[in-house]
Amino acid sequence: MSSAMRLPLLLVAAALLGGGLPARAELKIVATTSEYGALAAEIGGARVSVTTIAKPTEDPHFVDARPSQVVAMHRADVLIEGGAELEIGWLTPLLDGARNLRILAGAPGRVVASQGVHLLDIPQSADRSQGDAHIAGNPHFMLDPLNARIVATHLARAFTALDAGGAQTYEFNLATWIAALDAKLREWTAVLAPFKGRPIVTYHPTWRYFCSRFGLEANTFLEPKPGIPPSPPHLAQVIAKMKAQDIRVLLLEPYQPRKTAESVAAHNGARVVEVCQFPGGIPGTATYIDLIDTNVKRIAQALAAQP
Amino acid sequence: MRSKSLLAAATLTALLSAPVSATPGDDAVTQLRQEIHRLRADYDQRLALLEARLADLAATQEQTPTPPQPAAAAAPAPAPAAPAPITALSGGGGKNFLNLSLDGLFAAGASTATDVPALEPGGHDPAQRGFTVQNVEVVFEGAVDPYFRGQANVILQISPEGETVVELEEVYATTTSLPGGLQVKAGQFFTEFGRLNPIHPHSWDFVDQPLVNGRFFGGDGLRSVGARISWLLPTDFYSEAYLGIQNSQGETLTSFRSVPGETLFGREIVEREVAAVDDLLFAPRYTASFDLTDTQTLLLGASAALGPNGTGESGKTRIYGIDGFWKWKSPTAFKGFPFFKVQGEVMHRDLDADAVPESDLAAASYTDWGGYLQLNWGYSPGQVVGLRLDRVDGDTGGSGELADPGDPALASRLRLSPVWTWFPTEYSKLRLQYNFDHGDALERDEHSLWLQLEFLLGAHAAHKF
Repeated sequence: MSSAMRLPLLLVAAALLGGGLPARAELKIVATTSEYGALAAEIGGARVSVTTIAKPTEDPHFVDARPSQVVAMHRADVLIEGGAELEIGWLTPLLDGARNLRILAGAPGRVVASQGVHLLDIPQSADRSQGDAHIAGNPHFMLDPLNARIVATHLARAFTALDAGGAQTYEFNLATWIAALDAKLREWTAVLAPFKGRPIVTYHPTWRYFCSRFGLEANTFLEPKPGIPPSPPHLAQVIAKMKAQDIRVLLLEPYQPRKTAESVAAHNGARVVEVCQFPGGIPGTATYIDLIDTNVKRIAQALAAQP
Repeated sequence: MRSKSLLAAATLTALLSAPVSATPGDDAVTQLRQEIHRLRADYDQRLALLEARLADLAATQEQTPTPPQPAAAAAPAPAPAAPAPITALSGGGGKNFLNLSLDGLFAAGASTATDVPALEPGGHDPAQRGFTVQNVEVVFEGAVDPYFRGQANVILQISPEGETVVELEEVYATTTSLPGGLQVKAGQFFTEFGRLNPIHPHSWDFVDQPLVNGRFFGGDGLRSVGARISWLLPTDFYSEAYLGIQNSQGETLTSFRSVPGETLFGREIVEREVAAVDDLLFAPRYTASFDLTDTQTLLLGASAALGPNGTGESGKTRIYGIDGFWKWKSPTAFKGFPFFKVQGEVMHRDLDADAVPESDLAAASYTDWGGYLQLNWGYSPGQVVGLRLDRVDGDTGGSGELADPGDPALASRLRLSPVWTWFPTEYSKLRLQYNFDHGDALERDEHSLWLQLEFLLGAHAAHKF
């Protein structure tokens, strides 16, 4: 008994001596993926500190729930998640470990970004033979700037509810950001207007919202079903479709297999365009607006280059 | 439909245009506020339009009526969400009160050994030449109420005799709302000792469990009914302390009070009552983790399991263990690949055996140890190669004679296991493993080849790092 009790007591004592409680000055925000982190930084400014869990360069469906992130979530005042099951494989164990009342489901500090967003591609039935479909709908909704606007407004509300002293800052930052976004949105719409209705190929149905906003057609995927690796017969079909419809643009994200994309593109002289859904995933995309700007320019350039 | 969403939009507009506390300021601020109001009005108008369009769309698609939006104040633009009355997990909760999943784990293979269970001590290891139902796990999981989460893992197996065996492996509640980084778990659960013991067989990196786990904790792992408290320490790095207190008898407590009639170090287990609190099993654990770089994580732990044993009234067992886990994962990981991970555990058992009445077996103390080291390289999406080195060592000290110096349950053993796993998706896997077994109690070196199949149905909670 005595030896059973001594060890934990020693550990407790060591911990109390070793780590002090950190000072609390600002809203501590944890975002599952970097587009929420980037928006939180825009809206919160100096009143918030932001930690992002998933790397912008990695596949967001499969992220390691690293123990250090349990600590970040334990201390967080706000957790921003997509809420459309993108984080299904790694958020629950982090939340269980974090034991933080402020960010439990339903708490004011829990922001579910998809709330109030109209999701596309909601499956008719739950059937994994159809691939890794998300029951709630396609979770890549932040690539539509109008959805980002809804989320930004949501964030400003949530921050204000938790930090009334910052209400004016959040309101001002939101208005400034929305004004900047709206100006950019007009520009992006104009840049992509000449290509209305043009089909493009993507690896995964990541670009559905982006293309529906800007009038492009993103219905051809290298994956035969969401999350299922490309098979040779499926790729042959994609190549045939690219030839038939003269599709010369193939979008690829940093973590997706480049070789497969390049070999498919080579069959029709298509261009593999590196794009990203997360700020920071490719150079020059530190903010959300920079990210969309880079994506729009790269895609427009590739479409324009097509003879 | 339309009237509901218009009502929602109207409510929202009312909320949005609620007066903001005016502050005296200069013209610039006033202008800014006017600008904000203009933007808001514009935004509200667009939202209302969008709402109406969505409602129309929803109606034409013959979807079920949308329930009134709860928490409209928190939602910037409550749109009618399409119904999805299907079991699913999300970050906090799904569409159901209960998440249900079923995992089937099967093995097929051959071994040069005729007595496969002697070679494979684990209860969920391949049990015979030919086919084995290793583990069919039914999991019930969900939030009980705002204060607890609940989980039950019910295991079904078919024995080599063809009999269906049901095992209530784990059933426990975990608190969600304790302050101060505390968490309590209560019910029947795996003791949080080391890295592998609390992990269910379908999440292992190999077909079978390490030899040391089988020898110290028995075929089904160290688990019992009890309670555990854990504390997330206020350190800048992850560090957590646990203390579990559980019953110390039963067939899943091989090194402790076990089951009368079984043997421990060759001595027959006797009936022993709980007379005081130290007749229970105490399991303290401390674990800490460090991010070595952006792509490398280290997790270290030290555990103990302390309790009475069934050799007699004064028998005591102390098991100490250290464990380590290191993982590198590519910054551009696709489906979680490529990665490289190393995991190892070493355990030491220190056992005081009571004198056996009416025999020449006096009180004695024994020590033995075991451990494993495993490497796994996820070299390509869905494909992993690995290697495990397993070692258990016979009685290496203490005082007193062994009841049976040739006891195979105490003999030194060595095993080397290369493995290859293919995950077609995260819901299925095929695994091929070769085992080379060498040991003092084995007549000759044995060779085994096992093929494993796993499939997972339903909403299964994600696992810890």
